[in-house]
Amino acid sequence: MGCVESLNYEIVLRDATFKESRDYIKAHFTEFIDVQPGFKVFDTHVIGLPPIAIGFEGNFIIFPFTKPCHGTFLLRVEDAKEAARLRALKK
Amino acid sequence: MAGEPAANPATALLVLGCPQVPVQTSIALYLINRLKKAGITPIVAGNKAANTLLVVADPDRHYLGEVMDLDRAVALIADKKRDFDSCYVFIHNDAGVSYAATMGAISKAKLYAIVYGEHFDEQVKKIEFPCTTIAAKAVHSPLPLKKAIDEAKPWVA
Repeated sequence: MGCVESLNYEIVLRDATFKESRDYIKAHFTEFIDVQPGFKVFDTHVIGLPPIAIGFEGNFIIFPFTKPCHGTFLLRVEDAKEAARLRALKK
Repeated sequence: MAGEPAANPATALLVLGCPQVPVQTSIALYLINRLKKAGITPIVAGNKAANTLLVVADPDRHYLGEVMDLDRAVALIADKKRDFDSCYVFIHNDAGVSYAATMGAISKAKLYAIVYGEHFDEQVKKIEFPCTTIAAKAVHSPLPLKKAIDEAKPWVA
């Protein structure tokens, strides 16, 4: 998941539990999709208990990123192309 | 034929968590030894710190075999490029539960959750996916967790 480091991301939540991250997305974003663990967002395989929520806000994608020592971070990244690809999965 | 190794020996992936709880490295080496004695090939996947603790402790690789980066292991399994017969996920925090759930979803391996730490029971409650849970309150002394593993004998299953 080294590619996350190369993304221009904003940390929405840090050192959260997976449940806190999922609840945050569902409470704060009206538009989201549920995916299974291992699903690829950018070049990152998302980690977590299914279903994993990924939120949208315009061209921003809000998704969980889990590290063994630091819990789950909720990252917000702007990418119109990736947002369009993920939104297409809803149809 | 008796005495000859199997053509395709069973494999076991050990998914290490954050090494901040001391028992992890000790129990990982113990489990690797038991798996190897049972004819199972262990492969370790962890972050840099967790892997380095094992590699430094076993410089001549008496116990350790293949060691890989945890993110790479997840990618290989998720992309269907590799899988294992069994998978042992070391859990002492929320991230550990997330990794175990992920392995359960992306891998066909028989899943074992090895849960330890001061608040091991809180993590056990979060495990709502199919797996065999082996748990004990173990932080500095590995003996309670070793006992739980010996009773479960996962290398026999």
